Amino acid sequence: MARIDVNHVRHSYLPNPQKDADFALREVHHVFEDGGAYALLGPSGCGKTTLLNIISGLLHPSHGQLLFNGKDVTNLSTQERNIAQVFQFPVIYDTMTVYDNLAFPLRNRGVPEADVDRKVRETLEMIDLASWAKKKARGLTADQKQKISLGRGLVRSDVNAILFDEPLTVIDPHMKWVLRSQLKQLHRRFGYTMVYVTHDQTEALTFADQVVVMYDGGIVQIGTPAELFERPRHTFVGYFIGSPGMNVMPVAIDGKTATLGSQRIELPGAPKAGSGAVELGIRPEYVRLGREGMAVQVSKVEDLGRHKVVRAKLEGRDISAVIGEDETLPADPKVRFDPAGINIYADSWRVEMEA
Amino acid sequence: MEKTWNNKAWFMVLPVLLLVAFSAVIPLMTVVNYSVQDTFGNNVFFWNGSDWYTEILESERFWLSMVRNLIFSATILAIEIPLGIFIALNMPKKGWGVPVCLVLMALPLLIPWNVVGTIWQVFGRIDIGLLGYTLSSLGFDYNYVNDPTDAWVTVILMDVWHWTSLVVLLCYAGLVSIPDAFYQAAKIDGASRWAVFRYIQLPKMNRVLLIAVLLRFMDSFMIYTEPFVVTGGGPGNSTTFLSIDLVKIAIGQFDLGPAAAMSIIYFLIILLLSWVFYTVMTSVDAER
Repeated sequence: MARIDVNHVRHSYLPNPQKDADFALREVHHVFEDGGAYALLGPSGCGKTTLLNIISGLLHPSHGQLLFNGKDVTNLSTQERNIAQVFQFPVIYDTMTVYDNLAFPLRNRGVPEADVDRKVRETLEMIDLASWAKKKARGLTADQKQKISLGRGLVRSDVNAILFDEPLTVIDPHMKWVLRSQLKQLHRRFGYTMVYVTHDQTEALTFADQVVVMYDGGIVQIGTPAELFERPRHTFVGYFIGSPGMNVMPVAIDGKTATLGSQRIELPGAPKAGSGAVELGIRPEYVRLGREGMAVQVSKVEDLGRHKVVRAKLEGRDISAVIGEDETLPADPKVRFDPAGINIYADSWRVEMEA
Repeated sequence: MEKTWNNKAWFMVLPVLLLVAFSAVIPLMTVVNYSVQDTFGNNVFFWNGSDWYTEILESERFWLSMVRNLIFSATILAIEIPLGIFIALNMPKKGWGVPVCLVLMALPLLIPWNVVGTIWQVFGRIDIGLLGYTLSSLGFDYNYVNDPTDAWVTVILMDVWHWTSLVVLLCYAGLVSIPDAFYQAAKIDGASRWAVFRYIQLPKMNRVLLIAVLLRFMDSFMIYTEPFVVTGGGPGNSTTFLSIDLVKIAIGQFDLGPAAAMSIIYFLIILLLSWVFYTVMTSVDAER
């Protein structure tokens, strides 16, 4: 297991990158602590996989440095880094049996056959394919194949880190949940350093202690699931995490009051001055519907079973609110913002408020 | 539901039937006709039963041609398949090298058979040929006209030069279809270069390799033009393969009956081998 330092790493797929837009990874400077479970969360094309491949050594970064336990590994090959990685689509050696597939990474490293056998059997139990051990891998279904890929990632116990690149995409929802809990359990048992790339927020929030949200080639926020939810540092995090995402609306600030069109909103404190456009962000969970407050026009109500999502217009802008399953809409609905859920953004970045 | 029977459909297949009849069935039947009769000219035929077949199957000449042909096919397969795989593995996967290599590889395939024969016939001549002249001036005793070994070497070299490209192109197509993730996973798993070839590249190429083996075997088993142009089947009978022998009997000696019988036997052998290959290929498919 290792602590992974990503030191000012930049990467471009172009031979001669000039401007910022040429970089797939603009700049990442972050420490993955030894034994941590991290999720890299972000939309497609934000650089998650690039970062992962740089850590595993499949890619050599254009700039910057990578340290494992303080030792520079930037120029070491994937083999020398001793990393396990699981890919999005199943990779199996289809002329081998299921057993041999799992034994492959161990045998390549000259592990004694008795240890190979013990580790492989243990892993087969874990991924629930023990009865398939002697079968040829090519006849399996897509999710069984992906379990083999996963198993090959978990079979070595001495790895520096295990990286997952959206490994559960091809697995059906129930199995997804089971495998995710198993990964979590493994993490607790063995304390692997795990980095898990995904664009699925539920997956990220349930798997990781620390979620690293990436956007447009950079890290926008690192935090616990609760932090990401309550205090998104960037409006993108607000949109991307939560369903529906955060309501963001342009406002004018004067001391402890924000003005939205003809409405005035009391803030919990006075925001520090920031540059650029000022916006107010509030999660639908903190928007209260009732008979008092600002008038809204409700356009539709989505019943999601556990709660309802109300889509409405406030001062001509779309706003969503979450209400309980048993609550009903008043005849003349009005909204109030719970001060605890209000965040102020200047130029898309969150600014602190002084009480 | 009652099926509607409509015999009009038969008229639709008629053109194909006619075409196949004229191009394949009728000529084949005339061959069958010759193979069971004897003729002394003037279109007078005598029923001869299976005599010609017995004669061919008992003749040493036929079996010698057959053995030569099998050795030839086995040799070129043993050279072209590994060489083709080796070249395909070393071809660039991207960049300007790809079109350059592909065009270079395709060139020999674009040359007509008899031209290939002529090229090598001249190339190997010791008086004016680049290869022959160079070899003999270096002190090698090379002469494909009167040394059977040299004739064989020349014919095999020619076939390798002409057809390895086909194997290369087929293998290359197989190789480029392997997703990058396989190579990445192999790196993570610490696989050696050999293990990558053995467990990723070779299994992914096995379909195209089967096709390559089939095509090269069939083609080499029926080879005629190139050795005919270069050696004419000689020296002696050393490079007389089945089809060259067949033409010698039919056109050279004008023994129509034995030639026809030999054609039929030859045809049945190829039919049998095609069936074997087809069965092997489809059973490999079914296993997937």
